[in-house]
Amino acid sequence: MAGIIHKLSAARLNRLFLGGELSAVEITESVLSRIAEVEPAVGAFLTVTAEHALDRARKLDARRKAGDTEFGPLAGVPIALKDNICTCGIETNCASRMLKGWVPPYDATVVERLRASGAIIIGKTNMDEFAMGSSGETSAFHVTRNPWDLDRIPGGSSSGSAAAVAAEEVPVALGTDTGGSIRQPAALTGVVGMKPTYGYVSRYGVVAFASSLDQVGPIGHDVEDVARVFQVIAGPDRRDSTNAGRTPPEVKFGGEPSLKGVRLGIPREYFGSGIEDGVKARIEEAIRQLEDLGAAVEECSLPTTEYALSAYYIIAPAEASANLARFDGVRYGHRTAQANGLHDMYSKTRAEGFGPEVKRRIMIGTYALSSGYYDAYYKKAQQVRTLVLQEFQRAFERFDALVTPTTPVTAWRLGEKLDDPLSMYLADICTIPVNLAGLPAVSVPCGFADGLPVGLQLIGKHFADTQLLQIAWAYQKVTKHHEARPNLAPKGGRQA
Amino acid sequence: MALTISEVEHVARLARLSLSEEEKASMTAQLSRILEHVARMNQLDVAGVPPTYHVTPLQNVLRPDKPQPSLARETVLAQAPQAEAGCFKVPKITEG
Amino acid sequence: MSERWETVIGLEVHVELSTETKVWCSCKNEFGAEPNTNVCPVCLALPGSLPVLNAQALEYAIRAGLALNCKIQRYSKFDRKNYFYADLPAGYQISQYDLPLCYDGYVDITKKDGTTRRIRIKRIHLENDAGKLLHAGDDVTAADYSLVDFNRAGVPLIEIVTEPDIRSAEEAGLFLQKLRSIIKYSGVSDVKMEEGSMRCDVNISVRPAGSSEFGVRSELKNVNSFSAVVRAIEYERKRHIAILEEGGQVEQETRSWRDAQGISVLLRSKEDAEDYRYFPEPDLPPVVISDADIERVRAALPELPDAVMARLMNDYGLSAYDASIIASEREFAQWFLQAVELAGGGQAKTIANWQINELNRVMNEKGLGPEQIPVTPEQLVGMLQLIDKGTITGKIAKTVFEKMVETGKDAETIVKEEGLTQVADEGELLAIAREVVAANPKVFEDWKAGKQSAAQWFVGQIMKRTRGRANPQLALKLVTQALEEQAAKE
Repeated sequence: MAGIIHKLSAARLNRLFLGGELSAVEITESVLSRIAEVEPAVGAFLTVTAEHALDRARKLDARRKAGDTEFGPLAGVPIALKDNICTCGIETNCASRMLKGWVPPYDATVVERLRASGAIIIGKTNMDEFAMGSSGETSAFHVTRNPWDLDRIPGGSSSGSAAAVAAEEVPVALGTDTGGSIRQPAALTGVVGMKPTYGYVSRYGVVAFASSLDQVGPIGHDVEDVARVFQVIAGPDRRDSTNAGRTPPEVKFGGEPSLKGVRLGIPREYFGSGIEDGVKARIEEAIRQLEDLGAAVEECSLPTTEYALSAYYIIAPAEASANLARFDGVRYGHRTAQANGLHDMYSKTRAEGFGPEVKRRIMIGTYALSSGYYDAYYKKAQQVRTLVLQEFQRAFERFDALVTPTTPVTAWRLGEKLDDPLSMYLADICTIPVNLAGLPAVSVPCGFADGLPVGLQLIGKHFADTQLLQIAWAYQKVTKHHEARPNLAPKGGRQA
Repeated sequence: MALTISEVEHVARLARLSLSEEEKASMTAQLSRILEHVARMNQLDVAGVPPTYHVTPLQNVLRPDKPQPSLARETVLAQAPQAEAGCFKVPKITEG
Repeated sequence: MSERWETVIGLEVHVELSTETKVWCSCKNEFGAEPNTNVCPVCLALPGSLPVLNAQALEYAIRAGLALNCKIQRYSKFDRKNYFYADLPAGYQISQYDLPLCYDGYVDITKKDGTTRRIRIKRIHLENDAGKLLHAGDDVTAADYSLVDFNRAGVPLIEIVTEPDIRSAEEAGLFLQKLRSIIKYSGVSDVKMEEGSMRCDVNISVRPAGSSEFGVRSELKNVNSFSAVVRAIEYERKRHIAILEEGGQVEQETRSWRDAQGISVLLRSKEDAEDYRYFPEPDLPPVVISDADIERVRAALPELPDAVMARLMNDYGLSAYDASIIASEREFAQWFLQAVELAGGGQAKTIANWQINELNRVMNEKGLGPEQIPVTPEQLVGMLQLIDKGTITGKIAKTVFEKMVETGKDAETIVKEEGLTQVADEGELLAIAREVVAANPKVFEDWKAGKQSAAQWFVGQIMKRTRGRANPQLALKLVTQALEEQAAKE
C-alpha cells in the first residue's frame, strides 16, 4: 500500500483512516516521502511542515485508538495551504521578501476549520507574490514548475497548490482566487479547482489582495474531493464582515449521472480570437458530452466580458494598494537597514520588500484612486462591475450554469511572458468576470492539447455552489481526464 | 493614456515606493500601456449606473461590545523589527 | 484696528467613545494600560485581519448626533482614508467620507451678556483612533526616534465638524464647553481633554468686517485644552491680520500650535497636503438605519443640558447665564435641585449664587471634578438657615463655607466649635463701640471733621474685636450712636 498512498483520494484516505486500515502517520510519512522525491523538480512548496504534520498525525492516531469517533470528513487527510493563508506558528510569507520569516500568531478561520476536521497540514505552497500574477513566476523565492512539462509555468497565483496536487504530493490543497488564481492553475495543471461564491468562505486570516474579490477555495483531482474540502471550509464566520453567514447545503453524489433539465449557456465572448485551437477543440468536445448527459445547451452573449478585464485591472490594484500599505517595516516583516527618518524608511523598506509585479499593481491602484482620477478610474470601474453583474444575473434567468474555457491557452514556457505584463493580464479574460460578480465557478480537466492540460469552466449562480459541483461531478462520471497523472520524468509527459 | 515620469514619481511618493531611475522609466512605459488598455471601459455607457462596492447584499453586520483576550505583548513584539520599552521603535519622524 | 476684521472659525472635534471595546475589534478600550497590551491582529493590522463594527459604537455615534440635533443618515457607509504614519497600523484609517452617520445639527451657546448664538454642526462621522507616539520632548521632529504604543489604535472616535459659524475665541470656548457638556450628559464619552478623549483642531480665517466672502484659512493642530484654543485663536487672528494689513496674502496651511511658546508653526503647506485617496471600505457592508432604530436611540437619551437649563430658568427663575453654568454638568444640576428641594424654591437664586460664586471657585482651586463636589446640598442649606435665623452673618458664612469644605462638618457644628455665632446684643456692642471711640481720639476728630470713612473704620474695629461676628448694620448704628454721644460730651 505504501507506494500508492500518495495516489489515493482524500475521500478514500479518510475512509481508510476511520476504518483503521491506514494510520495517519503512515499517510503522512508516505506523502512526505513523495514530496521529498518530486520537490526538486516541481518546487511546489515554500515550507514543508514535516514535524508539525507528524505530530498531528500521531495525535489523530492516538485519538482513534482510544475509541474517539468524533472525526471530520478530512480526518487523516494531508492538505497543503497556499502561503497567503495564516497558520499559527508556521511561517507565512506570501512568497515575498517582505514577509520572509514572519510567523503568524493566529490561524485563519479556514485553518481552524481544517484542523477541527482532522486534516493534516503538510506545508505552505508557493505562489505569485501576494497573489499577484498568473504564472507563478513572481514568487520572490523560486519558480514552481508545471508537473506536465517542467519547462512550463503551472499558472498562478496558486501555482504551488495546483502543482502539488497535480504532482501527487498532496491529494488536496487550498488556494485563493481573486481573478482566476485557483481555476487557471488548476486548468493548466490538469486538476479540479473551485472558487466558491464570494462570502461563503471566511477571509479572516487570508492575506488580502483585493478584498471585494478574494476567496479561498479547494483544489483536488476530482469533484468529490473538492466538494469535501469546500464543505469543511465554507460557513459562517463573525470575524469576517463580508462573510454571508451561510452554510452550503450538503453536496450529495451518487446514482446515474444526468444533466436532464439543466440549462447550460455558452457565452460566445469567451471564445474570442485569443483561444488556441487545441483548447477550443477540447471545450467543444466537453460541451457535446454535457449535451449527451441530457443538458440543454445554448449559445448566449455577454458583451460586457471584455470590459470586465479593464474594470478588474483598476479595482483589484486599487484595493491592493491600500491592503498592502500595512507592509511598512514598523510592526513586522522586513525593515530596511538604513534610513533617514520614517518616510525614507517606508520607501526603502517597500522598495526592497516588494517585487516588480507587486510594485506595478500598487502604482496602478494608487494612481486610480488619486485626486482627480478617482471618478474616471475607480468609480467607473465599479460601475462597469455593476453592468457585468447585471448581465450575469440576466443570463442566469435563462440558464443554470455557463460553460466556458477556463483559460484560452495552455501552459506557456517559463519566462515567455515576463516582459509583457499586459499580455499575461489579457489571458485572464475567462476567469476575471466571475470574481467581479462574486459567482461560484469550478474548473475541471477536459483533456489535453499538445500534451498539455485543458480546463473546462462552469460558472454558477450566487450560492448555487452545491448544484454547480453536482454538474461538474456528472461530467467527471462520464470522462476520465481527471484520472491522468504526469510521470514527472525530466521532460514531463503524460501517464494514461 | 501616457503617463509622464513626474506623474510616476508623484504616485510613487504617495505609495511610499522608492524607485530607481530605470524603474521609473520602465514603470512609466508599462503603466501607460496598461492604462491605455483599461481606458477601453470608457466605451461603455455607465450614466446612471450605481457602482458596486460589495457583491453580497449584506448590511448592518455588527458585533457585541464585549472584550475578548488580546495578544500577549511578548508575542506582539517578538517579530517587531525594532522594539524598546514595550513599544515599537521607529526612526525619526520627519513630516511627510 | 481689530474691529475692522471679523474672525471666522470652524472647529473639528474628535471625541473618543467610552465603549468597552474598540471599534473594529474586541480589544479593551482602556486608558492608561501598559503599552501594547490591548492589541490584536485587527488593531495591529497584521496580515489577514479584518474589521467588524462594534454595535455600541454605532449606537453611541447616533446618540451623540441626536443629542446635537443632527439628522441621521439612513444609508451610511465607511471609507478608507489612506496615508502613512507610524501610529496608523494599516496605512489607512477606516472613516466616513461622503455619507457620515449624522449631519445638519447645531449647538446653542449662551454668552456672558446673555445673548445666544447657534453654531451649526455640519457632520459627525465614526472612525478609528490611531496609536500613541512617545518621543523625547514636545516636538516630534526633534527626537531621534519614536516609540509607538498601539493600545489606542482602533478606539472609536466620532469627529464633529462645525460650520464656520464661530466668531471669537470666547465663542469657541463656550462652544467647546457646551459641546463637552452635551456629550457628557449623553453618556457616550467621558470627554476628558487631559486624557485625550476630546481633541480639537481649529480652522480660522479673517475677513473685513461686513464682508461675506471667506478669507484664506489656516488649520491649527495640537491644541490641547480649551484655554489653549482661546490662546491659539487670538494668536492666529493677530497673525492673519498682520499679514493682511501689510498687503500680503495668507497662505492656506496646516500649522501646529506650540502652547509653551504661544506661537503656531508651519506643518504642511497646501502643496504638500495629503491626498487621502478615499474609497469605500470593501471589508465593511453599509449601515442602514431605520426610523425605529432612531426612535429607540432617542428614547434612551437622558435629559440634556438645554432642557435642564430651560427648567432652571422657567421653574426657578435663574438667569440664562447662571442656568447655563449649573446645567453644564449633570452633577451640578442634580446638586442644585436637591438643595432647592431641601430649602424651598424661594432660595433658588441664593443657592445658585453660592454654587456659582463660591462652590465652583473652590472646586476649580482644588482641581476637583463634578463627581467630587466637596459640600453636600444638606450642608449648604443648613448654613443658609443659620444666616436666615441670624445666627451668623453673611460675611461669616463664607468662613463657615470654607470650613465645611475642609472638614465636611455641618454648619451648626462648625459655628459652635469655632464660636462664630453672630454678636447682636446691643448692649455688648454698644459697650465695645464706646471703648473703641474713646481709645482712638484722632479718628474721632476725623469723623467730627466730616470724614465718612472714619465711621466705617470704627465698624471695622468692632469687627476685629468680635472676630467678625458682629452684625454689620447693628454695628454701624451703634458706632454712630457712640460717636454722637462722644461728640455731645465735648
